[in-house]
Amino acid sequence: MRPQLTSPDAHSIASPSSPSSAISASDRRLNALVRHLVDASPAMDSQNLKDTVSASPTSGFHADSVFAHVVRAPEDPILGVTVAYNKDPSPVKLNLGVGAYRTEEGKPLVLNVVRRAEQQIVNDRARVKEYLPIVGLADFNKLSAKLILGADSPAIQENRVTTVECLSGTGSLRVGGEFLARHYHQRTIYIPQPTWGNHPKVFTIAGLSVKTYRYYDPATRGLNFQGLLEDLGSAPSGAIVLLHACAHNPTGVDPTVQQWEQIRQLMRSKALLPFFDSAYQGFASGSLDADAQSVRMFVADGGECLVAQSYAKNMGLYGERVGALSIVCKTADIASRVESQVKLVVRPMYSNPPIHGASIVATILKDRDMYNEWTIELKAMADRIISMRHQLFDALRAKGTPGDWSHIIKQIGMFTFTGLNSEQVAFMTREYHIYMTSDGRISMAGLSTRTIPHLTDAIHAAVTGVV
Amino acid sequence: MWRFMGGRFSRSTRCISSSSRAFGWWEHVSPAPKDPITGVTEAFLADTNPNKINLGVGAYRDDQGKPVVLQCVRNAEAKIAACEFLESNAAAVGSKLVEESAKLAYGTQAHVVKEGRVAGLQALSGTGACRLFAELQRRFYPGSPIYLPDPTWSNHHNIWRDAQVPERSFRYYNPITKGLDFAALMDDVKTAPDGSFFLFHPCAHNPTGVDPTEEQWREISYQFKVKNHFPFFDMAYQGFATGDLDMDAQAIRIFLEDGHLIGCAQSFAKNMGLYGHRVGCLSVLCADEKQAVAVKSQLQQIARSMYSNPPVHGILLVSTILNDPQTKALWVKEVKVMANRIQLMRATLRERLEDLGSPLDWENITNQVGMFCFSGLTPDQVDRLVREFHIYMTRDGRISIAGVTTSNVSYLASAIHEVTKYDQEASNIYNISI
Repeated sequence: MRPQLTSPDAHSIASPSSPSSAISASDRRLNALVRHLVDASPAMDSQNLKDTVSASPTSGFHADSVFAHVVRAPEDPILGVTVAYNKDPSPVKLNLGVGAYRTEEGKPLVLNVVRRAEQQIVNDRARVKEYLPIVGLADFNKLSAKLILGADSPAIQENRVTTVECLSGTGSLRVGGEFLARHYHQRTIYIPQPTWGNHPKVFTIAGLSVKTYRYYDPATRGLNFQGLLEDLGSAPSGAIVLLHACAHNPTGVDPTVQQWEQIRQLMRSKALLPFFDSAYQGFASGSLDADAQSVRMFVADGGECLVAQSYAKNMGLYGERVGALSIVCKTADIASRVESQVKLVVRPMYSNPPIHGASIVATILKDRDMYNEWTIELKAMADRIISMRHQLFDALRAKGTPGDWSHIIKQIGMFTFTGLNSEQVAFMTREYHIYMTSDGRISMAGLSTRTIPHLTDAIHAAVTGVV
Repeated sequence: MWRFMGGRFSRSTRCISSSSRAFGWWEHVSPAPKDPITGVTEAFLADTNPNKINLGVGAYRDDQGKPVVLQCVRNAEAKIAACEFLESNAAAVGSKLVEESAKLAYGTQAHVVKEGRVAGLQALSGTGACRLFAELQRRFYPGSPIYLPDPTWSNHHNIWRDAQVPERSFRYYNPITKGLDFAALMDDVKTAPDGSFFLFHPCAHNPTGVDPTEEQWREISYQFKVKNHFPFFDMAYQGFATGDLDMDAQAIRIFLEDGHLIGCAQSFAKNMGLYGHRVGCLSVLCADEKQAVAVKSQLQQIARSMYSNPPVHGILLVSTILNDPQTKALWVKEVKVMANRIQLMRATLRERLEDLGSPLDWENITNQVGMFCFSGLTPDQVDRLVREFHIYMTRDGRISIAGVTTSNVSYLASAIHEVTKYDQEASNIYNISI
């Protein structure tokens, strides 16, 4: 028998089968509680309620979370740097971790042309916010393909390219990886040693098995070209090879044009499938065409490849997640079939891509004035970074810091692989409040004329003090 | 076959400098089937007939059949346009959205939110939120199946399949009554092994529009306690069922009251009209704050290898709307307007069909709730509607009422009547009153 509840509304508790509209909220709550109380003994009366009430298995009290065994995942090593930086109260702290552009004043930058495009979009009352097709914004896709492959690319003219809007570089790599895992005969991807920290995770989770090829030579702080050719040469025929189109992350070390040609010949002769990650087009040299050379070389020989593009850096659209995956195929028919299969990867992941960032990019790319304005602002960002390289190099030389620091001006793009080891990095963080990834990579974009002396001091101290 | 520049190897054979595979890598790739829902819109767009009607995808349309950008959204957009967004604030903005979303789902006073027990992450709309949960389920309960209602949104099957979670179904819709098969549902809940994962639509079930009553939800919740099942709610239509956001979240609040530790996917695509911005939220209610932190960190990892972070614009819009009392009040009003229009179209469509003397019982049109109506039309009848009348819907007979307007409702009723008026067999079944 259910115990009497000593509440003012106890008398009006309705039975579970009566219409809900007759029961007040407090009655419902009491009903819920009543169901959870268990008769402790047949002779129980309301006076002994306190002593005998216990929670039944149907109450919430015993229930442990089904996720009680879930352990805390480790911090992402790159994003974790910013987390640590944010916690530091020091006024001289410097964030050289994540690769996001900063101005001389250390501020993030929204490009003027992006502001213009965004205003145009927001003020256009005819624009709607409907779902994009699974493959994304059509204009954006066409323009992105042209940007990376060249407007006169025969592959585009022959309709052999399928381009799918994805969530920045990460999303493009993941979708491409999943497509390959499902439809490509060789499920191994070779990634350079070292590479962006998220690459191995993205491809592994996409279903590919990840191997590495030699890339960086710590002795020269340059390209280990011999090792690269050997490793790709001994890869199984048909294996996928990840290539950084330009401004290799984290080393900043790129093959020369001649070296790219050799890589291309080797890869084609072994039928290795190129998968380009183009995250810095325009940022490396300041020229969009020059930075797309490597990709265009491969496409020009008539062969197939995949390209992941990101607009995070070169348009400063980091947070909007704008990117594109292009798959260059042998024929138009094949490209169309491939596209239909890529859609099956996207639909159960997020249905369709976000509209805002892609609209901004399309607006800029299709307007001649805006496009030109963009190239100027892009060059300004690239030039500032190059200037930081030279200033840092000069400062280290002036200070007489031991070692050859010429790699600072030889390396390309947003990052410099300093060659500092993890102890030295930890020292610099501890003593100088300089935040960078433990592999010694610094983001040049985080530097300014004002902060270069502080970094110079820190490097000097690390190199001369810490082994 | 290749020469190394000044290197150790030197062969004089002819260098093959172009790709030697004449047929490329993808010859064997077969064309994928069209998505049953988005494929409808594609077909509709290709049709040139002036009377065509799109009753496929669940996107709201006004009475002129036009997509709508809500005024509260325009207000929010004007506020945030071209403001400097600092990457370092990405985490803060995301967390704020999660907090606001949780309040919307669980109630503003929800103690679980205040206690920090909600592990939440902003997600790529409802699809993305479901996918994150499916991946979490596989990682921490490998091999455990998901129980999906029969029928359910077609993409649910794809999402859990791609997350490699096996699928089971539980009975839900009764095609004879065009209502809920509650007895069968409870039966399936009881016979499933203890601790099973179930997916529910808390309101405006897609595709049927059939929802449990409050009392039925309470019974389900009770039985879930007995069986120690995990309830996962996919809430894509909060506000569209009754026009009242709190009312529509009732099922969730009932489960919360009963002490369940639920999972919940929320979408702002429909109720804020932010379809293309991909804004949503996944929340997993945990026993304590420590667990919530652990679960959230795992969700972040899953997201990181998929797309890193979701797009910021949509998040800022939702955050701006939910945080400003005036804008939020405007939003609540606009949701009611949308829900009311749909309810009016339901009533009108049913009336027209009855006026035409249809032999069938159409009370399901007004009994069912939300954006969709499970018409009971057969695939053949649906095909006829496309072919002869240029009216597009998914082949399961699901109609998006949002696509019905004052100007097309009569045409629609006539067309449906045309394809069903000789449906004697069906009318015999339906005329057996229940």
